[in-house]
Amino acid sequence: MSLSMSVLIVIALSIVGYVLAPRRALRLVGGDRRKLASLPKQYGLSAGLSVFLPAMLIALLGGIGGVAGSVLPVIIVAVAIGACCLAILKSRPDFIARNSAETLIKAVLIAASGVAILTTIGIVMSLVFETANFFRDYSWTDFFFSTTWSPNFRGDSALGILPLLWGTLYISFIALAFAVPIGLFAAIYLSEYASPRMRSVAKPAIEILAGIPTIVYGLFALITVGPFLRDYFAAPLGLEQSASSVMTAGLVMGVMLIPFVSSLSDDIINAVPQAMRDGSFGLGATKSETIRQVVIPAALPGIVGAVLLAASRAIGETMIVVLGAGAAASMSLNPFEAMTTVTVKIVSQLTGDTDFASPETLVAFALALTLFVITLGLNVVALFIVRKYREQYE
Amino acid sequence: MSTEDTIKISAKNVQVHYDDTHAIKDVNVEIADKAVTAFIGPSGCGKSTFLRCINRMNDTIDICRVTGEILIDGEDIYDKRVDPVQLRAKVGMVFQKPNPFPKSIYDNVAYGPRIHGLANSKSELDDIVENALRRSAIWDEVKDRLQAPGTGLSGGQQQRLCIARAVATEPQVLLMDEPCSSLDPIATVQVEELIDDLRKSYCVVIVTHSMHQAARVSQKTAFFHLGNLVEFGDTDKIFTNPEDPRTESYISGRIG
Amino acid sequence: MSAMKHSLLTLDARTKKRNAAEKRFKACGLSAIVVAMLALVVLLVSVFGSGASAFRQTYIAIEVPFPEAKLDQSGVRDPDVMSQVTTLGYEPLLVDGLLAAIDAAGIATEMSDKDIGALISKEAPATVRNFVLANPDVIGSSATFDLLASGRIDGFFKGRVTMESAALDGNTSPEALQLAQDLRDAGIIQTRFNWNFLIAPDASDQRPEAAGLGVAILGSLYMMIVVLVLALPIGVAASIYLEEFAPKTWWTDVIEVNISNLAAVPSIVYGILGLAIFINFMEFNQSSPLVGGLVLTLMTLPTIIISTRASLKSVPPSIRDAALGVGASKMQSVLHHALPLAAPGILTGTIIGLAQALGETAPLLLIGMVAFVREYPAAYTPDAGLFGEASTALPVQVFNWTQRADPGFVERASGAIITLLVFLLIMNTIAIVLRRKFERRW
Repeated sequence: MSLSMSVLIVIALSIVGYVLAPRRALRLVGGDRRKLASLPKQYGLSAGLSVFLPAMLIALLGGIGGVAGSVLPVIIVAVAIGACCLAILKSRPDFIARNSAETLIKAVLIAASGVAILTTIGIVMSLVFETANFFRDYSWTDFFFSTTWSPNFRGDSALGILPLLWGTLYISFIALAFAVPIGLFAAIYLSEYASPRMRSVAKPAIEILAGIPTIVYGLFALITVGPFLRDYFAAPLGLEQSASSVMTAGLVMGVMLIPFVSSLSDDIINAVPQAMRDGSFGLGATKSETIRQVVIPAALPGIVGAVLLAASRAIGETMIVVLGAGAAASMSLNPFEAMTTVTVKIVSQLTGDTDFASPETLVAFALALTLFVITLGLNVVALFIVRKYREQYE
Repeated sequence: MSTEDTIKISAKNVQVHYDDTHAIKDVNVEIADKAVTAFIGPSGCGKSTFLRCINRMNDTIDICRVTGEILIDGEDIYDKRVDPVQLRAKVGMVFQKPNPFPKSIYDNVAYGPRIHGLANSKSELDDIVENALRRSAIWDEVKDRLQAPGTGLSGGQQQRLCIARAVATEPQVLLMDEPCSSLDPIATVQVEELIDDLRKSYCVVIVTHSMHQAARVSQKTAFFHLGNLVEFGDTDKIFTNPEDPRTESYISGRIG
Repeated sequence: MSAMKHSLLTLDARTKKRNAAEKRFKACGLSAIVVAMLALVVLLVSVFGSGASAFRQTYIAIEVPFPEAKLDQSGVRDPDVMSQVTTLGYEPLLVDGLLAAIDAAGIATEMSDKDIGALISKEAPATVRNFVLANPDVIGSSATFDLLASGRIDGFFKGRVTMESAALDGNTSPEALQLAQDLRDAGIIQTRFNWNFLIAPDASDQRPEAAGLGVAILGSLYMMIVVLVLALPIGVAASIYLEEFAPKTWWTDVIEVNISNLAAVPSIVYGILGLAIFINFMEFNQSSPLVGGLVLTLMTLPTIIISTRASLKSVPPSIRDAALGVGASKMQSVLHHALPLAAPGILTGTIIGLAQALGETAPLLLIGMVAFVREYPAAYTPDAGLFGEASTALPVQVFNWTQRADPGFVERASGAIITLLVFLLIMNTIAIVLRRKFERRW
């Protein structure tokens, strides 16, 4: 008996329970449903769920616990048959099926909300285990403090994260330097100045930018922005001849972040009470004075939170840098030079032929863990600040 | 200097529309300098709307349209050449809910003088701030914590801070939109005493829904009803011997 | 105070200065909007400009002879025997057909037969061979085909390849382009709408002209099914619990914080999760839509939970109270009243979540979806299970094509992006229409 077969049997038994339980209860009161403690439907629901849920729970636990494939289906079916009999027997007129059914539904709901926790645990475990394996083969001081990155699949690789982090931070910096002022000014203009007509055009247009997948931005960097920057800026200035560069990836990522910054700032600026603006106008301040000296300072914590969230996005962004930044690890200051990032190297170390025993592959997990910790830190701080800020005006 | 009867503000045939709603209907009124004028009337009668016309705060509402003339010192403030920003420096406003900026007490008061460039030096600014706080009868309470956030004060203190903030720009007219409605009785008394005191230097216009407050602080009273200015005159007379039956009904509590 | 007696009708110097500052500030805001819109326009123009041509393709119409001597010497028409003739055996037949067409049109050329044959795509012999194997009876006669022209010839008619570039190109020559032009004038070469781009599978590095999105679209469709079937019920169930039942305890707080953090975890980390848990630990098939769908489900869940909770929150408590007031249980008040009223919002959020998942690339790279797949994956096979066959996905196909050397693939990648954007546009339009139609203001 295969696992999928046993699951089918469980489903069939659940349906049997769903059909038979209310019939039995009705038969016991001579078909007069008013004498039942609950609706017939609820007897069925209670029985069906009490067959299905325990069996599925066992299937899940057995699957994760590694119970042998030949034994598990038998246990599952046995439990389901037992539960089915029990449920039908329990189905008596004085049995309050509604409470039983609702308790079971609630269990399903709780289990569903546990998926989020399981996901986090899964992420942390998969990162930590393989990272631990990596550090068994490779010294952690070299990983964190070495300034060379040159993996070599014949062994003897130098796997220092610093050049990757440098590339990541440099690109993120350029992206934020581009996106924060533009996003912020766009939000200010849209919420304080724009006519309703202009808002109704510009706001969705900016939101379209947010809906475009990052692979599209990556291609944009590769075929348009990269060659453009190389031909009109880098080459004439004699800086570099490469289309992939920190600047290319940074600018395109900046475009991607504009809607992110502007919609977050828009929310935050709108949360500043109108009374604050009135107070300032009432003293004879112009709009821009009010915005710069009252609205922005009042919204500052929220804006800082938004910028941190944007930074975390930039650091974790993958496709734009894979296609736009380059593959060579380097620690230069020249923005037109190709550099690489943590995410690019995660992709390149884990695609193609991978050998999960070699540090060259496992390093990707250490990189991902570092990335995860950095972005998590930024997110937690940002969400905390934003939440505190919202409370202030609620 | 001007006597108590000098006319500071004079409104002629003022009409206000919000989209289709006719909020103010043909209001004519003359408001004296160095006196407190109270606008009373049931809620939604247009008294606040009219008040906001006097420093063109209604400009910030897109759908609001004002016609007619409002003259301050003989100049029409709805003239095309008038910059509302400059006007509002001359006509300060205090709002219903205390709305100190999320800045220090000092910066709250210094905000107006700074944007209007009233001080040439730090010490001049210090003087302006101290003066404004003194005039608003809050100096003694805050002098030791000028750098503390203005939002940390109590409601009554916040409102007096807002008055100080308005006073610091050296306006000639002070508009107050139900300044005591969100305050407790003790704070209300303090603010009312302050208003009485401010009368010596400013033309004060106050909107209030409390007839008792109008009787206590004002010299002139205007009664608004459904967008019309029903009656305007000396406060004593309005409250003791109103001419219009609607005023009488309102004062005796039959409409409200 | 008398110093302040300044007429309102004239602007003082300071006000002028302040108004100028105001204008500058406003201009800054406006230019920010302009920059953002310009970026959008440039992006769309660049992608559509380089990708629109992928939807058109150049074909050569030729009559191919099928001599028995070359294709089926045995004469028994047994497909197994005939399949011993490889595509290499078919190539000369195609060249013969083309030469005959050139003669018939009266076009003079000095090119060698081999160079003339290079006008035809390397994919074409396979097309003809498949046709013959499926219809053995045609041997001895001939048939007319619309065969793919080679990538360079196709590029020539789309403006990508010019006489100048051909002179420097080892794969073609100005003479070949001239011949192609003559053939086109004679009506033998035509460019028309390219359905194959949407339905054909991927093709190898040298044949951009034959590459299509069929497998990728199918793979993406399978993944979307997995995401929809898993993420919607789990997301809605989790939201109902958190919004309606969860007591305010530290545990609920943990889940809340956890969900908002999951929404901001870089997508590539989900790829690592998929690789480590689903592939290495649970041993699901690499490159399968099932694993891809599971990873995208976990990624989409926070989005769906956040939007579902928002729409549940917007149903006023009075409605739940009314249900409770007539004796409904808490569960009934939620399932019978709050949930149906929140449904449009939930649906909108789900579609937007699906759209996000459809465009996601990075995690799929890590679970092996970059593999070169030419076989259409089956939804179910006994060996691989449900959605277990190797596949690729739309955005990953784009990435794949950008990594290839032949410039013809740039057009393909951009064309794939256009296809992806059209799908996203459709999904978002549905979401907007739903929201407009069912929007309620309480």
